[in-house]
Amino acid sequence: MPEFDLASAPLRDLNQALHAIEPGTNDLAFDIRNPRGSHAVAVGCDAPLTVNVHGSVGYYCGGMNAQAAITVRGSAGPGVAENMMSGTVIVEGDASQYAGATGRGGLLVIKGNASSRCGISMKGIDIVVAGNVGHMSAFMAQSGNLVVLGDAGEALGDSIYEAKLFVRGQVKSLGADCEEKEMRPEHVALLESLLERAGMTDARPSEFRRYGSARKLYNFSIDNVDAY
Amino acid sequence: MSYRNPPTPPRKSATFDDASLAEIRRAAETGIYDIRGGGTKRKVPHFDDLLFLGASMSRYPLEGYRERCDTSVTLGTRFARKPIQLKIPVTIAGMSFGALSGNAKEALGRGATLAGTSTTTGDGGMTDEERGHSDTLVYQYLPSRYGMNPRDLRRADAIEIVIGQGAKPGGGGMLLGQKISDRVAEMRTLPKGIDQRSACRHPDWTGPDDLEIKILELREITDWEKPIYIKVGGARPYYDTALAVKAGADVVVLDGMQGGTAATQDVFIEHVGQPILACIRPAVQALQDLGMHRKVQLIVSGGIRTGADVAKALALGADAVAIGTAALVAIGDNDPQWEAEYNKLGTTAGAYDDWHEGMDPAGITTQDPELAARLDPVRAGRRLANYLKVMTLEAQTIARACGHNHLHNLEPEDICALTIEAAAMARVPLAGTAWIPGQTAF
Repeated sequence: MPEFDLASAPLRDLNQALHAIEPGTNDLAFDIRNPRGSHAVAVGCDAPLTVNVHGSVGYYCGGMNAQAAITVRGSAGPGVAENMMSGTVIVEGDASQYAGATGRGGLLVIKGNASSRCGISMKGIDIVVAGNVGHMSAFMAQSGNLVVLGDAGEALGDSIYEAKLFVRGQVKSLGADCEEKEMRPEHVALLESLLERAGMTDARPSEFRRYGSARKLYNFSIDNVDAY
Repeated sequence: MSYRNPPTPPRKSATFDDASLAEIRRAAETGIYDIRGGGTKRKVPHFDDLLFLGASMSRYPLEGYRERCDTSVTLGTRFARKPIQLKIPVTIAGMSFGALSGNAKEALGRGATLAGTSTTTGDGGMTDEERGHSDTLVYQYLPSRYGMNPRDLRRADAIEIVIGQGAKPGGGGMLLGQKISDRVAEMRTLPKGIDQRSACRHPDWTGPDDLEIKILELREITDWEKPIYIKVGGARPYYDTALAVKAGADVVVLDGMQGGTAATQDVFIEHVGQPILACIRPAVQALQDLGMHRKVQLIVSGGIRTGADVAKALALGADAVAIGTAALVAIGDNDPQWEAEYNKLGTTAGAYDDWHEGMDPAGITTQDPELAARLDPVRAGRRLANYLKVMTLEAQTIARACGHNHLHNLEPEDICALTIEAAAMARVPLAGTAWIPGQTAF
């Protein structure tokens, strides 16, 4: 198993090694020691790797991930798993701002809390947060699912498009054009599947409420100008 | 007997002119601001207000057609492992598939490739067609991140992080429902037919310190191969350029208020930002103050039309220029051959700017398959290549007349200004004097 100690190895060597995986390679598990808040750890992976990061990371860990299963055994700085395409990123601690921003696929699991703008501009990613999310989460969220087992901060789902939001706790306020939606059987099944994939089977779908777009701002109308 | 004023000829107000009156009536009727494409239409100080001095007793000119005047430019020499080499210093600015038809994007790629220069994607991602037809393709990284994916990032030749553009510094993108076809909707992960409100700020960084880390991430993902540009609108060019350098840019792209947009509020286009003439010298000054002039390359855009404009921009310190509106005109936008159809739309060739409505008779700013089919991408590409080559020849002609064997050897000392405003902005002497307003005593 390749191991990189970022206390001595340059970040460039790590990411280059992760990008250099040839098809058919058997040794696909990487251990990363002493990340010490390094930025851009394990970014741009595009192979079925298993990457274990032992410690906390800075900005953009797992950025644009495709296929890889990345676990951060600590907390993550801003933009963890930004623009993820596929694979999984698991953060065992807390995540800072913009977790899963613009993500287009894959699963991001945050076992602690996520800060503001979690899932901002998400485009197909699934995000499951065991704790709370901060203000403006799912801002301009286009597609995908955000599941929050705790509470959501102010202006949840502001200017949301077609993403689905599930919150078990309290929502401080909803953003422009976001409203509570009926939880139909297909949503219960979807939520059950998301919780199972995230390994959070203690939570029951019936405890959640669903939020999504009221679709009133999809086409400009001067009569809606107060919403802007 | 009562007094009556003698009759006087009708006199219209200079303040409430016909355009202002029409806009008041239009706003009252519709309840919405005017949206249009293009850049500012007001007259602003521009390259027309500058003249080259040419060679005489104190300078030797070069022979036209005999002595070589080089036009090549290398972009991205600061950090990128694979800088871009262009034959000419005139590039094609970012314009999206969505705003433009697929045929128009193909034509831009073909023309740029024939002329030895680059073209640029736009808000909406990269299409296979434009990658295939562009030898050198710059991939825009925008706040919306529509269609953003690492595969396209890696198959690009350079990455342009868009902070703003000259037509609307501080504004986001706008693509109205009429142009959201199935393909455009799919590329942008949005429902068909809705108005798209692209964000004006990037979703995962705030400020130049964060941007430095974002650039690190992009470089790591692309193994430090690609030049990274930062594009800014003409707002505060000295500080914007300095901060772009600080954030780690290989190339700064500076777009003045004459630069076009696919769609934005007219009030934004006409009242926010500065003309490119006012922006170049402060940006060059920032690069010089940081010891980065010619190390971080500067591309300027906004109202570039001729080889003279190219030569003037380079003389003021730019390394290259970008064209958008002029490129569209070269491939057929606003062509008088469609006059009857422009008339039906309530406008005339040369004034058509409702690009957001998707009804472009020339088949360029549309997603309507029948209209788009009017544009032959091969022929239009050839037209663009011709135009780019003419601009280059014109710039070479001027450079030789000033005694330079490379366009980059043009310098401010080759120029004088016709107006005090232009002299102050370009920081060159007013014609017939040694006076540079704001720099030297009269």
